Amino acid sequence: MKKQDFLKVISNNLIAKNIFKMCLVCGCDLEFIPGQFLNIKIDGFYLRRPMSICDFENGIITIVYKIVGKGTEALSKISKGNKLDVIFPLGNGFDIKKSYDNITIIGGGVGLAPLYFLFKTLKKMNKKVIVYAGFRTLSEIFFEEEFSSIGEFIISTQDGTKGNKGLIIDILDKDCDYYFTCGPALMMESVRKILGQNGQFLLEERMACGFGACMSCVCKTKFGAKRVCKEGPVFFANEF
Amino acid sequence: MNNILNVNLGNWRLDNPVIPASGTFGYEFSQWYDINILGSISLKTTTREPRFGNSTPRVAECVGGMLNSIGLQNPGIEKVISEEIPKFKKNFNKKIIASVGGNSIEDYVFVSKMFDSMEEVEILEINLSCPNVKNGGMSFGLDEKTVYHICEKIKNSCKKKIYIKLSPNVTDIVSIAKSAELSGADGLVLVNTLLGIAIDACSGKPIISNIFAGFSGPAIKPIALRMVYQVFKNVKIPIIGCGGIRNADDVIEFMSAGASAVQIGSANLVNPFSCKNIIDDLPKKMKKYGIQKIEEIIGRSHCI
Ligand SMILES: Cc1cc2nc3c(=O)[nH]c(=O)nc-3n(C[C@H](O)[C@H](O)[C@H](O)COP(=O)(O)OP(=O)(O)OC[C@H]3O[C@@H](n4cnc5c(N)ncnc54)[C@H](O)[C@@H]3O)c2cc1C
Ligand SMILES: Cc1cc2nc3c(=O)[nH]c(=O)nc-3n(C[C@H](O)[C@H](O)[C@H](O)COP(=O)(O)O)c2cc1C
Ligand code: FES
Repeated sequence: MKKQDFLKVISNNLIAKNIFKMCLVCGCDLEFIPGQFLNIKIDGFYLRRPMSICDFENGIITIVYKIVGKGTEALSKISKGNKLDVIFPLGNGFDIKKSYDNITIIGGGVGLAPLYFLFKTLKKMNKKVIVYAGFRTLSEIFFEEEFSSIGEFIISTQDGTKGNKGLIIDILDKDCDYYFTCGPALMMESVRKILGQNGQFLLEERMACGFGACMSCVCKTKFGAKRVCKEGPVFFANEF
Repeated sequence: MNNILNVNLGNWRLDNPVIPASGTFGYEFSQWYDINILGSISLKTTTREPRFGNSTPRVAECVGGMLNSIGLQNPGIEKVISEEIPKFKKNFNKKIIASVGGNSIEDYVFVSKMFDSMEEVEILEINLSCPNVKNGGMSFGLDEKTVYHICEKIKNSCKKKIYIKLSPNVTDIVSIAKSAELSGADGLVLVNTLLGIAIDACSGKPIISNIFAGFSGPAIKPIALRMVYQVFKNVKIPIIGCGGIRNADDVIEFMSAGASAVQIGSANLVNPFSCKNIIDDLPKKMKKYGIQKIEEIIGRSHCI
């Protein structure tokens, strides 16, 4: 059930270049599906900012966000102890009910954030999962330890400062039953070209309400117009 | 329901003056609260054929508000009647306001006639003010003659009351409002969004794909309020005030300027409880200001 609540910030720290990790006390027994997001009100801004749930453990929601504009910059300045007005959980989340044995997760940059919660959840289900993460450069890498501690985590950087040099899609192992991906649109399109239709995408679109009322966030699918915030943000590869 | 909040739109008695504005509300809001507390609801503008609307990005943020260029996305009149209204009916037991859009006068008349036969619909709200469509929409609401012509046509083919939703993007709102009244309109909705643009400072490019967009939110309130004030002095038909309303004080201000009821738009998107909060707060604010019945304050700014 969606709700609006004031969540206490217990930490908000820089973890990589322009990338912050924020922890919020959710104080409730909600269950979240990986891929779902929060819509956060930031003082001084009219519209809320959508942010994926990066982790959820012991009643604490973690988000990882990149400073890209004024709103995320203001978010990075919020100190612990403050409360944030949040609407959550929003969106459908990844469909992980089907049993695939050999799963690949591909993330690009901050698009990796929601994939951490997904990875953890799939590992708990005893699935075989490999995570491929593409970054621009060493200083932008985040959550390397977190990912590595629970499973196989392969990194590439465009400039070769860490891991394989080049794009992550260049080193994908094509041998997998199913994939999940989130990141720049071009990367996701290449993933689809390489791995085919057996997978799911987490899409981004500019949003206003985040809960299906305003039609700001539509995308065209084979099965008609869909709202990224409501029918998405996760879509099956074969919907496009 | 507390009758100190009752208002009339013509001979239609509403429990309270709070109505969510077209395009910013759906039956989905019943997941947030019991929507039967609302005065009524104005549905998303419906056109004859289904419309996908404009391509994305369709929204942008600005100081004190937002810009949208949804472009009247809707499933078309047939589906609205066969699917959307029944869904509303399940969650909402009062009469609704149906918003009518179109590319041509014939389309407006066609859609109006379809809604005219629906028992659930009390008022036809004629949207002559959407800035986000190429043909029709706002272009019909910019001059007196066109407004007169289209209102007269609809009025002559429908039994229900028609309210004209006007655009603030005009030099003289009063003459357009008078022309609507003269043509037989039963009321007015003032106002729709202002025409705006958002540009990205880094690239210099417009942010919204359609370039121009409708500007709404708290920042437009003084303009909307001014238009209600000006029009109230010059027409006799009821006015529904709209533009930037986000709290009970705003409602009291619009009604003081001359609105008989109000519509809340963008505020629903930012805080889904906006309408509920306003309805809960109104009696407290009235007590504070010594207002016995909300209806008594309609137009009081003009007597002072
Ligand atoms: C479902 C979803 C999940 C997301 N999860 C994350 C996440 O986990 N980590 C992260 O760093 N970012 C995430 N984003 C992107 C994030 O919402 C934007 O980067 C952020 O809103 C930018 O705000 P700003 O004020 O700094 O930027 P500005 O460009 O100044 O923002 C102006 C407006 O554009 C909107 N906007 C700008 N960029 C985006 C974008 N890429 N997607 C959606 N709206 C945008 C803003 O919300 C705001 O309304 C997510 C977006 C969506 C839709
Ligand atoms: C996302 C969005 C969609 C809208 N769609 C419609 C519409 O379909 N028909 C219409 O008459 N007005 C539409 N409007 C305008 C509102 O109904 C309202 O007139 C306007 O936003 C001003 O009020 P506000 O400042 O309270 O939002 C829309 C506004 C927004 C923000
Ligand atoms: S953001 Fe409002 S419908 Fe998706």
